[in-house]
Amino acid sequence: MIKYLIEKEFKQILRDSFLPRLIIGYPIVMMIVLPWVANLEIKNINLSVVDNNHSHYSQQLIQKAVSSGYFRLTGVSSSYNEAMRNIESGDADIIMEIPANFEQDLIKQGNTKLLISANTVNGTKGGLGSSYLSSIVMDFSADIKDKWVQPVKAGAITPSIKLVTQNRFNPHLDYKVFMVPALMVILLTVLCGFLPALNIVGEKEKGTIEQINVTPVSKFTFILAKLIPYWIIGFLVLTICFGLAALVYGILPTGHLITIYLLAILYVLTISGFGLVISNNSDTMQQAMFVMFFFMMVLILLSGLFTPINSMPHWAQNITIFNPLKYFIQVMRLVYMKGSSIMELGTQVFALSLFAIFFNSWAIISYRKKS
Amino acid sequence: MNENNIVIETKDLTKRFGHFTAVDHITFNVCEGEIFGFLGANGAGKTTAMKMLCGLSKPTSGSGKVAGFDIGKQSEQVKKNIGYMSQKFSLYEDLKVWENIRLFAGIYGMKDKDIAVKTDELLSRLGFESERNTLVASLPLGWKQKLSFSVSIFHEPKIVFLDEPTGGVDPATRRQFWELIYQAADRGITVFVTTHYMDEAEYCNRVSIMVDGEIEALDSPANLKKQFGAHGMEDVFYKLARKAKRGE
Amino acid sequence: MKQFLSFIRKEFYHISRDKRTILILLGMPIVQIIIFGFAITTEVKDVRVAVFDPSKDEVTQKIIDKLDANEYMNVVSVIDQPEDIESIFRKGKADIAIIFNQHFSENYLHTGDASVQLITDGTDPNTASILTGYVTNVLNAAQQEISGQYKTPLSITPEVKLLYNPGMKGAYNFVPGVMGLILMLICAMMTSISIVREKETGTMEILLVSPVKPIYIIVAKAVPYFALSCINITTILLLSVFVLGVPIAGSLTLLVGVSLLFIFVSLVLGLLISTIVKTQVAAMLASGMVLLLPVMFFSGMIYPTENMPFILQRISDIIPAKWYIAAVKKIMIEGLEVTFVLKEIGILTLMGFTLLVISLKKFNDRLE
Repeated sequence: MIKYLIEKEFKQILRDSFLPRLIIGYPIVMMIVLPWVANLEIKNINLSVVDNNHSHYSQQLIQKAVSSGYFRLTGVSSSYNEAMRNIESGDADIIMEIPANFEQDLIKQGNTKLLISANTVNGTKGGLGSSYLSSIVMDFSADIKDKWVQPVKAGAITPSIKLVTQNRFNPHLDYKVFMVPALMVILLTVLCGFLPALNIVGEKEKGTIEQINVTPVSKFTFILAKLIPYWIIGFLVLTICFGLAALVYGILPTGHLITIYLLAILYVLTISGFGLVISNNSDTMQQAMFVMFFFMMVLILLSGLFTPINSMPHWAQNITIFNPLKYFIQVMRLVYMKGSSIMELGTQVFALSLFAIFFNSWAIISYRKKS
Repeated sequence: MNENNIVIETKDLTKRFGHFTAVDHITFNVCEGEIFGFLGANGAGKTTAMKMLCGLSKPTSGSGKVAGFDIGKQSEQVKKNIGYMSQKFSLYEDLKVWENIRLFAGIYGMKDKDIAVKTDELLSRLGFESERNTLVASLPLGWKQKLSFSVSIFHEPKIVFLDEPTGGVDPATRRQFWELIYQAADRGITVFVTTHYMDEAEYCNRVSIMVDGEIEALDSPANLKKQFGAHGMEDVFYKLARKAKRGE
Repeated sequence: MKQFLSFIRKEFYHISRDKRTILILLGMPIVQIIIFGFAITTEVKDVRVAVFDPSKDEVTQKIIDKLDANEYMNVVSVIDQPEDIESIFRKGKADIAIIFNQHFSENYLHTGDASVQLITDGTDPNTASILTGYVTNVLNAAQQEISGQYKTPLSITPEVKLLYNPGMKGAYNFVPGVMGLILMLICAMMTSISIVREKETGTMEILLVSPVKPIYIIVAKAVPYFALSCINITTILLLSVFVLGVPIAGSLTLLVGVSLLFIFVSLVLGLLISTIVKTQVAAMLASGMVLLLPVMFFSGMIYPTENMPFILQRISDIIPAKWYIAAVKKIMIEGLEVTFVLKEIGILTLMGFTLLVISLKKFNDRLE
C-alpha cells in the first residue's frame, strides 16, 4: 500500500514548477556563494594617523603598523578632530595619535605615551584592532630597545618568552573549512524542515486530505509515505553539498563520509518529523510557515553555527541541549575536520536518535484521521 | 435492493460542537443495494452525519453501524468497505487521470495487474481514453465529477458515500452522472447520497429529509408526496423546511 | 476613499483571525533580541586549557597560575605526554594546550630565550585567533612580572580609547542587524503571501472588478503589515534600550524616519515577489528561504561586509537591508546626524521607487 503513496508524493514534487529547481538550485548557489562571506577575520582595518611629531621614529612606527598587514592606512590627518570625522564617515576604523614630543621624550626620558581610538560598534573589530595596534607599539619599543641597549654585561639580558602557535585540524585558520560543513547542515535543515511542514497543511487546505482519511490507510503508513521522499531529498542535497565542498573548495572530510550519512539519516528523520508535527497542528500553510520559520531561526542561531556555544550564557547553553542542529553540526565538524569515527560520537548518536523517535512519534500520534 | 440485508444503521446518532447540536439523535436504516437520498437544506447537518458514518468524525453520542462495523470503535474496518466522494471531488489535481485511479485502487488493496486492466476498461466505458494522461486540473468540471465517482467505486466497495456530488454541473451532465449511479446500484453497491437538488430525490429508492439536525421524514419519494399532498419533492421539502430555524 | 478604508478594514480582519501568526509576528523580534543580545557573542569565554609541563619550575608555575587566574581561562587538565593532546581535542575536552619544554626556567634566565608552544583547536578560526591573543597577553604580563627587577629603559605606553561601545558589547553590532532582518522578512514575506493568496483563492478577481483602482487594493494590503512593523520597531527599540542597555545615541526621529523608509522598500519588495510567483507556497519559500539566509549573511549583520570578495560585496549592495543596517548603526550607536547617512537614505529611496515601478508594471501586465 505504501508504494502507491510514495509514488504519488514523488510525482507531485517532480511536477511542481518551483520545488525541483529549489531543491537542486538553492544548495548549489548557497554553497558556492556563502562560504566566501562567512568570515570573521579582522583584517583591512582602516587606520587614520595623526602624527604630531613628524620624526624618524614616528615614521618608523607608522611604517611598522602598515606592514603588519592588519591595517590599511587611509589617511594622515593634521588633527585628532579631523581623524574623528574620518571615523564618523566610516573611512577609518581606528586612530593612532602620536604626540608632538614623541621622539624627544623617548630619547630623553625613556618613555612616552600615544593614543589609540578604536570604533567599537563592532566590538570584536574594535577590540582586536586596538589589541593588534598596541602589540605593534610594544614590539616597536622592544625593537628600539634592542638597538640601543646592547648587553652591557653578561647577565643583564632582558629575557623574553616566545610564543609558538600551532593550530591543529585547521592549520591555516581557514574560515571556509569551519563554515562549509555547518552550512550543509543549515541547507539540509531548511529544505527538510520547511517542505514537509508545508506538505500536510497543503493537503488540508486543498481538501485532498479528507479523501485519504476516509481510506483504510493507517496513520503510520501515511506519515511514513510523506517522510520517505524528504529523506531521499535530504540525501541528494547532502551529496550535492559534499561534491561541491570538494570540487569548489577542496574540502575533503578527514573522517568517513559513511559516518555522516548514517547520522544524517537520524537528523533528517528528526527535522522532517518536526516539520510534520507543525504541519499537523496548523490550519493554514501560512501558519505552518511562520511557526517553522520561528523555530528555525531560533535553532539556527543557538546551534553553534555562527557563534560558539561555549560563549553563551548558561541558560542559553541549556537550551541548546534540546537543539538537534547543535548535535549534527558537531558531527559534521568533528568528522570533517577532526576525523572522528562513529565510536567517538556516542553523545550525538544518542541525542539524535532520541529526537528522531520523539518527533516522529509525535507526528504520527498528532495526525488525526478522525476529528 | 435486498431488504433483508441492512448495511447502514444508526440509533440516536448525535454530534455536538460545544453548545451547538449539529446532528440530533437520528435513527434510520439503509438496505443493501438501495439508492438512499439524504436530503436537507444547507446547514441541516447532512454532511456532519455522513462524516460520522464514514469514520471521519467521532459521534458525541448514539451509535451506528456501517457494513456491520461500529462507526465509533471500528472505523478503520468501516473504511475498508466503503467508497467516498467529497464535495470538492478531491482528486489530486497535479496527478494524471490514470495516476489518480492507480493511487486509490492501490490503497484499497487491488493488485497492479487488476488495476491496469480495470483502468483500461473504465476509461473506455467513460470515453476517457484520450484523457488518460491528462492532469486532473485540466479536466472540465463534469469529467472531474464522473472520474471522482468512478474512482470512489473502483474497488467495488459495499457502500459508496457521495457528498453533494453534482454541485455546479449542468443538467445533462447530472443525468449522465446518475446513469453511473444506477449502474453501480445494479451491481449491488449501496449508494448513500446527500444533495439539495430536490429533482434528484426522485431518482432514489428512499429519501430522508433533515431539518435542524433531525430527520423529519423518511420514505420513498412516492409515499412522501402522497403524505404531504405535494406534486413534487420540492413541495415536500418546502413544507418541511419552512419550520427550519437553521440554514442560510 | 470609503471603499479604500473598507479594504483596509478587511485586511485587518484577515490578520486578526489568525492568532498564531500574529503571536509569532509580534513575538519573534522579542525572542530574537533576547537571543542576540544575550546568547550570541563572538567573545570567547570558559576556555579549557590543558597543560604539559615537564619542567615544573617556578617560572612555568607562575605562567600556569596566571593562565588559570585569567577570567576567561581555566586549566582543566594536566597532560602526561604530548601525544594525549590529539585525543583530548578529538573528544572535545580542551580548547587549547600549552606545552613547555624541559628546563624552562634555566633556558629563560640564562640564555634569555625560551619558547612556549601553544596548540589551539583550529576548528573555529575566530576562537583560535582570540585565544592566541589571550595567551599572548598573559605571557606578556607574566614576563613583566618576572623581569620586574630589570629596568626597562624604554617603553611606549599606548592609551586605548574605545569609541561608542566601550563595553565592546556584541549587542551593539547585532541589534541593528536584527531590526533589518525582521522588518525585511516580515514585510516582504507577509505582503507577498497576502497578495498571492488572494490570487490563488480567486478573490483577487472580485477585488479587481470593483471600482477601486488596483493600486489601492495593494496599498490596502500593505497597511496592516505596515502597522505591525511599526509595533515591532517600537518593541525592538524599547527592548534594546531598557533590556540590552544599547542606547539610542542619535536622533530618534531620524531613526524612525529611516526605518519607515525601509519598511516601505520591504513592502514593495513583497509586492514584486507576489507578481513573480504563482502559488502561496512559492511566495513563502521565496521570501522566507531565498531571502532569509542571504540577508543574514550578506547584510553585514553578523559577518562584516568588508571581508568579502569584491563581487560579493557588490551583491551585498543590492540587499536593501545592508544599507538600512548601516544607517541604523550610524544613527543609533554612533549618534551621527543626517548628513552622514545621506548616502544610505538616497540608495534606499532609489531602491524603493525602482522596485515600485517594476512591480506595478508587472502587476498591470498580469491583469492583461
